[in-house]
Amino acid sequence: MTKRKTCGYFIPYGLWLGLFVIAPVALIVYQSFFSLDHHVTLANYATYFQSGVYLKMTLNSVWYAFLITLFTGLISYPTAYVLRQLKHRQFWLLLVILPTWINILLKAYAFIGIFSQDGVANSFLRFIGIGPQQLLFTNASFIFVATYIQIPFMILPIYNSLADLNPAYINASLDLGATRWQTFYRVIFPLTLPGVKAGVQAVFIPSLSLFMLTRLIGGNKVITLGTAIEEHFLTTMNWGMGSTIGVVLIVAMIIVMQLTNDHSGRSSQ
Amino acid sequence: MKKLSRVYLVLVFIVLYLPILYLIAYSFSQGTTMTNYHGFTWQHYRDLFADPRMLAIVADTLLVALLSSLIATLIGTLGALSIHRTSKRVTRDVLLSLNNILMVSPDVIIGASFLIFFTTLKVPLGFTSVLLSHIAFEIPIVVLMILPRLREMSPSLLCAAADLGATTRQQLNKIIIPFITPGIMAGFFMALTYSLDDFAVTFFVTGNGFSTLSVEIYSRARQGINLEINALSGVMFIFSLLLVGGYYLLQQGNAKRRQRSQEAAQ
Repeated sequence: MTKRKTCGYFIPYGLWLGLFVIAPVALIVYQSFFSLDHHVTLANYATYFQSGVYLKMTLNSVWYAFLITLFTGLISYPTAYVLRQLKHRQFWLLLVILPTWINILLKAYAFIGIFSQDGVANSFLRFIGIGPQQLLFTNASFIFVATYIQIPFMILPIYNSLADLNPAYINASLDLGATRWQTFYRVIFPLTLPGVKAGVQAVFIPSLSLFMLTRLIGGNKVITLGTAIEEHFLTTMNWGMGSTIGVVLIVAMIIVMQLTNDHSGRSSQ
Repeated sequence: MKKLSRVYLVLVFIVLYLPILYLIAYSFSQGTTMTNYHGFTWQHYRDLFADPRMLAIVADTLLVALLSSLIATLIGTLGALSIHRTSKRVTRDVLLSLNNILMVSPDVIIGASFLIFFTTLKVPLGFTSVLLSHIAFEIPIVVLMILPRLREMSPSLLCAAADLGATTRQQLNKIIIPFITPGIMAGFFMALTYSLDDFAVTFFVTGNGFSTLSVEIYSRARQGINLEINALSGVMFIFSLLLVGGYYLLQQGNAKRRQRSQEAAQ
């Protein structure tokens, strides 16, 4: 095949890269230097770093994303671990994936019903004697629903890394006299860390930007970076400030990617 | 220990599925709230199918999903082919990283940056902008589904074809495309689900007057409970089941074919 004949294939893909990958990122950075009255300025960044509101909001958002990732991980790792030992693994795995194919808004909407005053969650609380509580529009309900939505995205990468784990290592460890617990935290967990990292990557970054959940479930009490961006772009129309927060979100994303990217992967190639 | 782990797994699955089943169960309930089951009725489904606005939105959503996945699959296939053909490692790594940017970016960033992009270029917000954005965020997943198939393809196949006098076009049509078709199909399916699932990006670039199902559900859910949404979720659940089933069969078929070809090779 001559190279000349095939480089035509690259044109549509190259156009996409230029127009929809590079240009939008460049535009969001460019826009962040504009004030409301279209003057070039650093004021947005000054506002972001000087007014405590934005910094506090960012910290809050990172904290919530951390909690969501933590809970998701704590629930998902044992699930993936048990799934690995089942007979019809592929089928059960499919059952884990299936909920991700249901529209995220429908899942959020379901929780509006479940957490409502007379919803099933409150009936349960009444049944065990705690009595009905205000559940909807609380921080806890936001974290619960976000964790619920993210669980499959954490289970899958952990499951894959567990599946890649050679059982001989586990047997060797047990043969050499390690207890089950020692085997887990000295052998299994370190070897499946890449999967956990991939899961953290898949959960943490989206958790910074779940604005629809903060609106529908969090009752606008939780403000994440995503909520702030949506607010600035679609409600107050302050695109400059919105883009500034967007740049912060991009930086946060790059940091998370750097922390979770597997550098040890190079040696195994 | 074993019993405990089974109980745990069952609990996780209950938590995963209870909200979905709850949602669907109440689509058959009389009354207007998602509390206290009031008895069976098809009323909400009747309302749903008699709601011209909703039906138009369903049609729009499906149109955007199918059209964008088709175009994204086409561009993505060409992209995967050209990434595969680059001989320089550095170029390929750069292309792959660029390809993955939209995969890892948060939805709001994609939505906001596309909104700036369309406004700068004066693209009217509505069907066009939604379609273009969907094509844009579907392309990388198509590329990622096709690349592994291309890597599996042995170069000697192409050498043999070239030796036997096949032209570039013949090599592409008779060898490469048939070989990577499973990847292309998987890419198309994934693109379709990405499109149907998307809310945030569409929400940013949709403007007034055009709406997809996700955006419509969002605006209705903000007004509170409406059992018509429950009926809609019932319909969409069945639809997802069919899609998952189709995808699963496709994968099974691929796995079987691969096994057979391996057996034949031995």
